[in-house]
Amino acid sequence: MNSDTAPRRRSSRRRVRSSYTNLAAHGEPWVWLTAGSLGTALAMIIGLLLFITARGLATFWPLPLERVQLADGRALLGEVTDREQQVDESSGETVSQRLIRTANYELTGQHYQWIDDADIIAFAKPDWATAVERLEGGRFHGTPQYFYKDGDVVATGPAATWQEFLEIHPAVRQRAAEAKSIDRHERGHVQRELRAARLAVAQAELDFGVESPEHASAMAAEADVQERAAEEMQRFDEQTATLRDENARYEIGFLTADGTDVRMPVGEVVRGWQPNMLTWPGKLAVYLDRWQEFLTDDPREANSAGGVFPAIWGTVAMTLIMAIFVAPFGVLAALYLREYASSGPITSAVRIAINNLAGVPSIVYGAFGLGFFCYVVGAGIDDLFFEASLVADNQPVFGTGGLLWASLTLALLTLPVVIVATEEALASVPNSMREGSYACGAGKWQTIRRIVLPRALPGIMTGLILAMARGAGEVAPLMLVGVKKLASELPIDGVFPFIHPEREFMHLAYLIYDVGFQSPNSQAAQPMVFTITFLLVAIIAVLNIAAIWIRGRLRRRFETQQF
Amino acid sequence: MTSSSSAKTDPTTTAFQEDRLVAVAAGIDVPSEVHEQVAEEQPVLEIDSFNLWYGSKQALHGISMPIPERQVTALVGPSGCGKSTLLRSVNRLNDLVQSVKITGDMRLNGDSIYDRRTDVIELRKRMGMVFQKPNPFPMSIYENVVYALRIDGERNRGVLDEVCERSLRGAALWDEVKDRLADSALGLSGGQQQRLCIARAIAAEPEVLLLDEPCSALDPIATGKVEDLIQELRGTYSVLMVTHNMQQASRTSDYTAFMYLGRLIEYGPTTEIFTKPILRETEAYVTGRFG
Repeated sequence: MNSDTAPRRRSSRRRVRSSYTNLAAHGEPWVWLTAGSLGTALAMIIGLLLFITARGLATFWPLPLERVQLADGRALLGEVTDREQQVDESSGETVSQRLIRTANYELTGQHYQWIDDADIIAFAKPDWATAVERLEGGRFHGTPQYFYKDGDVVATGPAATWQEFLEIHPAVRQRAAEAKSIDRHERGHVQRELRAARLAVAQAELDFGVESPEHASAMAAEADVQERAAEEMQRFDEQTATLRDENARYEIGFLTADGTDVRMPVGEVVRGWQPNMLTWPGKLAVYLDRWQEFLTDDPREANSAGGVFPAIWGTVAMTLIMAIFVAPFGVLAALYLREYASSGPITSAVRIAINNLAGVPSIVYGAFGLGFFCYVVGAGIDDLFFEASLVADNQPVFGTGGLLWASLTLALLTLPVVIVATEEALASVPNSMREGSYACGAGKWQTIRRIVLPRALPGIMTGLILAMARGAGEVAPLMLVGVKKLASELPIDGVFPFIHPEREFMHLAYLIYDVGFQSPNSQAAQPMVFTITFLLVAIIAVLNIAAIWIRGRLRRRFETQQF
Repeated sequence: MTSSSSAKTDPTTTAFQEDRLVAVAAGIDVPSEVHEQVAEEQPVLEIDSFNLWYGSKQALHGISMPIPERQVTALVGPSGCGKSTLLRSVNRLNDLVQSVKITGDMRLNGDSIYDRRTDVIELRKRMGMVFQKPNPFPMSIYENVVYALRIDGERNRGVLDEVCERSLRGAALWDEVKDRLADSALGLSGGQQQRLCIARAIAAEPEVLLLDEPCSALDPIATGKVEDLIQELRGTYSVLMVTHNMQQASRTSDYTAFMYLGRLIEYGPTTEIFTKPILRETEAYVTGRFG
């Protein structure tokens, strides 16, 4: 047996070697080509994600503050954020430069400065170099020197000053937050009452005429509300003034790197830290504190600092409302197309049209959403139900961009994705199952509802996942139908009726555009852009993972197990 | 049997056999040979000069045959002879195929199947069908069995439980699945799935049970179990079964019909069809020399 097979094996090996002359016949190069394509695509995607993650996560990590003495006598204190090598054109020598975040914009007119390494004559990392985030004016770098109470110096020297600051600061912040809360919620409440009274007058005028008793009583009621509102506003003014006066008593004085004395109210300081003295856990505390502000607070300084909470809220709300609209709509359309429509040229044409819709530029959907939803449907709703608002405030309610219209526009945009995916899912349900159901005496709809739809559900979920991913990252159409640079009120909040679909809202993807490319202080905003991008990708990933998890659970129910 | 296998080489037999089947292939009408015993039985289903076209291609040519009550009737014949088409015509599953055209009629216990006034859904509820490949629905074993009742809107848990147990016992599956009725039916083995489909088909007490090659996707052991089950169903249910396994037809059926190219060639008690058929063609086919 052995002696018989041995020569045969050798001859077959020879045959293989001879066919090396024709590589294409092997298919080996094609394996490499296809694997190479996949590998390149994967490498690019993973690289992009890693880049965004690394940059996004690094933004809030406290960097050391370096004091740099320059040959021309200037001194700078800042974070080194970038280094590069440039070739001097005249001399041909390589010059290395570093980008220093010097902050103190109000003194130098610059947030960042490029410095040639050759100009530097001395470095230092002073222990008490302090980075301060302020409510306005961006970062400040300096050394704490004096603490003032009621205008008098109560502490000198960095350690004593900072000690004093740390004692006073939380209470000051607390009072500032109280004042803000009064301004926002309690004043807002009074203003809403005023507006309601004003609208009631306008409504009475529209319904009964100017001379009518209803109008008169509405006027009287409004006067009443106005009187009460004036009183309350007065009270709020007093309350906030007390709080702010108390805060104004405390000031902190800093020395900048070049010796300038800067005095600022403690209430202006969001937080401060000494990165050169911080140990690892201390840095982590600062890092987490900044993340917490980022995730839960409102934006400051034209969105380039502070938090993005309204944008997170807007993005998630819009994506979910979009999914709620697009899922039933798309599934029903696909059901008709696949299960009821008889196949023919018209059905084919509709199918091709739907596929082509997926390729229409998204801005076109935005224009359509503005023209149809806002200006036709929204204006119609306003004419019917919110006439008083138009008359009294000259302000449309639904007749302008808002969360509802943005969600509907995106639902329209992602509809083809859902229809195509659902159709494929329906087509993949074996016909034998349909026949089995019919043979049991089930009608068409019973078969669809009990057999076809449950079986197609995982596929339909896939379509929905794709639609959500696409919708959540879309910017262009949103700019037309309701996304704003800054929206003071959330579309869902604690004020009756809790959901305000007509309100304009903020969106992370638009924030990337706004902060990254519209910001006056683009260099300082750049790290924020990475963080926002990271956050957006993370939110889309979370939404998708949730949907994939649900799909996995469904799929496990329908897994076929053959013997 | 031995004489017919020796006739394999007999030129006259071959010529005679070719006469009939060549005639059929040429589209010439050949009368069906229906044994007398068939007419003596009480029919549950009567097929009356039934013709069926897929588009312009005629798939069934003037089939007329009664299906006896509480007996197992097997349809045999080479692939493409129209036996599955005939079976699917009984519960009008062919309605789902757009290009199908029919003439003639069938009657289920005297009620016309192809009358315009017949409610197809009500009609299908009076029949049960089991397909070539097991097709359990993507739901629990319990829900699979009571599916026909569910779509009728039955909600009484007691009724459903009773039907479920009776059907599963009827399909000889109860002992194997009684502890996991809530599990997905797709987790069962192929043979169990097919018996589940039979349980589903008999849940609504059908007047006739249609089996479309119920064992062709099963391994020999599962096939044996399903065949035993068909034996047990005899006497309780009227069964019309398509098979291309001659042994299966001879083992399990009371009557056998041999079809060829959309025509009924011979129809009679299984013992006669397999031992002393009227036609040599039938003999040639059932002994495996042709087809």
